[in-house]
Amino acid sequence: MDLIKLLGILIVVIGFALKKDSILIILCAAIVTALVGGLGITGLLEILGESFVSNRSMAIFILIMLVTGTLERNGLKEAAANLIGKVKGASPGKVIGAYGVMRGIFAAFNVSFGGVAGFVRPIIMPMATGAIEASGKEVNEDYLEEIKGMSSGMENIAWFFCQVLFVGGGGGLLVQSTLASLGYNVELIDLVKVEIPVGIIAVIVAIVYYNLKDKKLNKKYYGSQREEEKA
Amino acid sequence: MTFFMNPEVALGTKLLEVIYIVMGLVTLYTGIKNINDKENPSRIGTGIFWCSLGIVLAFGRWIPKIINGILIIIMTIPSILNKVKIGKQDNPTQEESKAAFNKIGMKIFIPALTIGIFAIIFAIFTNLGALVGIGVGIIVSIALLMVYSSENKFNVFLKDSERLLSTVGPLSMLPMLLASLGAIFTAAGVGNVIASLVGNIVPQGNVNAGIVVYAIGMMLFTMIMGNAFAAITVMTVGIGGPFVLAYGADPVLIGMIGLTAGYCGTLCTPMAANFNIVPVAMLDMKDRMGVIKNQVVPALIMIVFQIIYMIALK
Repeated sequence: MDLIKLLGILIVVIGFALKKDSILIILCAAIVTALVGGLGITGLLEILGESFVSNRSMAIFILIMLVTGTLERNGLKEAAANLIGKVKGASPGKVIGAYGVMRGIFAAFNVSFGGVAGFVRPIIMPMATGAIEASGKEVNEDYLEEIKGMSSGMENIAWFFCQVLFVGGGGGLLVQSTLASLGYNVELIDLVKVEIPVGIIAVIVAIVYYNLKDKKLNKKYYGSQREEEKA
Repeated sequence: MTFFMNPEVALGTKLLEVIYIVMGLVTLYTGIKNINDKENPSRIGTGIFWCSLGIVLAFGRWIPKIINGILIIIMTIPSILNKVKIGKQDNPTQEESKAAFNKIGMKIFIPALTIGIFAIIFAIFTNLGALVGIGVGIIVSIALLMVYSSENKFNVFLKDSERLLSTVGPLSMLPMLLASLGAIFTAAGVGNVIASLVGNIVPQGNVNAGIVVYAIGMMLFTMIMGNAFAAITVMTVGIGGPFVLAYGADPVLIGMIGLTAGYCGTLCTPMAANFNIVPVAMLDMKDRMGVIKNQVVPALIMIVFQIIYMIALK
């Protein structure tokens, strides 16, 4: 049995699980696989060199960085804050939902506004808590914790499933090269097309789920209060 | 030069090579800037990493593959020894970006969206390819930003890209390295071994069973490793290829949805610390798993949806 050839995979799994240096893990896995697979050092270096060069397209993000940083310098985040700020008088669930739509659309153009540190914390959180305060309620601490979790969830889900809609994004390029190594040649634009329903459904699922959850939480923390008011 | 003069090479291929050269030059600039940067705590290591990466990116086509291989090994050394550092950086201040916003306003979205739009246009309406479209989009985007503000000189773009590239650091080479690992796995016959192992469980020829194993395998593998990019090469070579694609399923559908099936795993694992654990700290949350708990339900819905989608359209 050729089980020894799986040693490289074992190294990758254990290495990542133990949070070792990613580059070290991959290099070790590559060297071990090349040796047990009978490729030898020369074979390893040649395949490494050839494959790395034929996959340079994956470094396209370096080129995109020529504008990303300068866009930030020229007020992109402020413009995004201005755009989402147009959502008024909403519940935290609606704020999170609106952010999901905006993040999903911009993700398809590979545009991000600074992540949790740069956007969710300074802009989405105050909007969500502001929505609670605007309706005359105090922000419950456990409710706030859930809002933080839902905002980060929306941030991740919209980005993951919509960023694959960017033609030339890292995910598509990696799939393209993996398929090429198996002998299937595919076009980036076709990889994007097949993800369109997935991206849309993912954002909808997240929005519906977080809004239902928000309604339930709202009832849990403020529901009784409202009844008291009625009485 | 003969490459660019050769009429048999497609224009798209030539332009793509120009893009790689520009990309390599930006990387080389990052290296040279840091070698001369007195504030960088590790000038030599940082310089070696970025310069060797820049050479392979810009001129790899003309370098013998074994030399490229050696250069790649060389660039991993300072990164493994943790000797690739960030030097002096000119981060935009809040006042600066606020002032720019007051001047430029919502028009800033135009250059932000330009790159993606050009990628789509070039992919659909030309035979030059999406990546050449990205290159053209970047030129247009830079031009627009220069029109918006006279402060946006060419130097500003170069310095800002160095700032971002240095922040990403050695992980910049990870995608290419992962792809190369996939190539080495394939060359060493790793896929065949996994296929014969999984073959004991999954009946050969049952494509639907293969899709289910592939999608759930992607999710679980990603949860263990915390990285769908690392999982996709192994899973596609080992399971996707022999159990699904070999029976005529659409490689576009299976390969790509396989990746996003993996993303369902990313949503459920503390191993993906950047997405799931770092935000907990940034938002001062009490529960370390607070982000993940809010992602499990959508992730499960999405994995089921994607399995059905693959089975239905294969």
